Amino acid sequence: MTDSSTRTERPLSPHLSVYRLTLTMVMSGAHRITGVTLYFGTLILVWWLVAAATSPRNFDLINAVFGTWIGRLVLFGYTWALFHHMLGGVRHLIWDTGRGLGPVESRRLALATLVGSIVLAVLVWAIGLVLRG
Amino acid sequence: MRNSFHHIRGLGSARSGTEHFWMQRLTAVANIPLVMAFVVILVTLAGRSHAAVIATLGQPMVAILMIATVLSVVVHIRLGMQVIIEDYVNSEARKIALLMANTFFSIAVGLAAVFAVLRISFGL
Repeated sequence: MTDSSTRTERPLSPHLSVYRLTLTMVMSGAHRITGVTLYFGTLILVWWLVAAATSPRNFDLINAVFGTWIGRLVLFGYTWALFHHMLGGVRHLIWDTGRGLGPVESRRLALATLVGSIVLAVLVWAIGLVLRG
Repeated sequence: MRNSFHHIRGLGSARSGTEHFWMQRLTAVANIPLVMAFVVILVTLAGRSHAAVIATLGQPMVAILMIATVLSVVVHIRLGMQVIIEDYVNSEARKIALLMANTFFSIAVGLAAVFAVLRISFGL
């Protein structure tokens, strides 16, 4: 860890703004953003577990909060972020083996991640809602 | 590339070798089946009564699975957030403070979740 405060001003290379936006670029950013979302979203899970472990009243409260349409929307978004990050992670594991890095394959993998995450999130919620009756 | 790797001795300049990379990958792989099983449990519990949820979460296999998931996830989120902090925070003081906060957050989340699962398992 070098001390960055003592670093002299150096010219910065033209960064993201000079490049045409590509799908793989957006998906790379999305992987990080979904990661941050999932990080803070663990608080919802902790709230749910602690509520279940304390009293039926606390448990009913969180169920009521996430039973509203906005609550459900948040949970659906969280489910989608989860699958997006999971499939994005699988993509990284594939890259770790040295495969799928070419322009065609990487774009295909990015597209598969995007479509797959939406399909899985919708599927999980459809099953959940059917089970709920 | 070959030369610079060739000259690295022991654990390299950060003194931690490939530990971070390896743990990130290890927990990533572990998270796939764990989180999938976790999602299945959550889906079956959606909208159920408190008593029903407690009964399911209190089963040994479910509780063990939940705790394993929490541990793997907590290690993974801590490593991931560490990279983000190191990437974007330039001030050394703020970086150290945030890295500490990241560790505290991850441990707090892990402890609270594990405690809740154990409390449910061993009876409220």
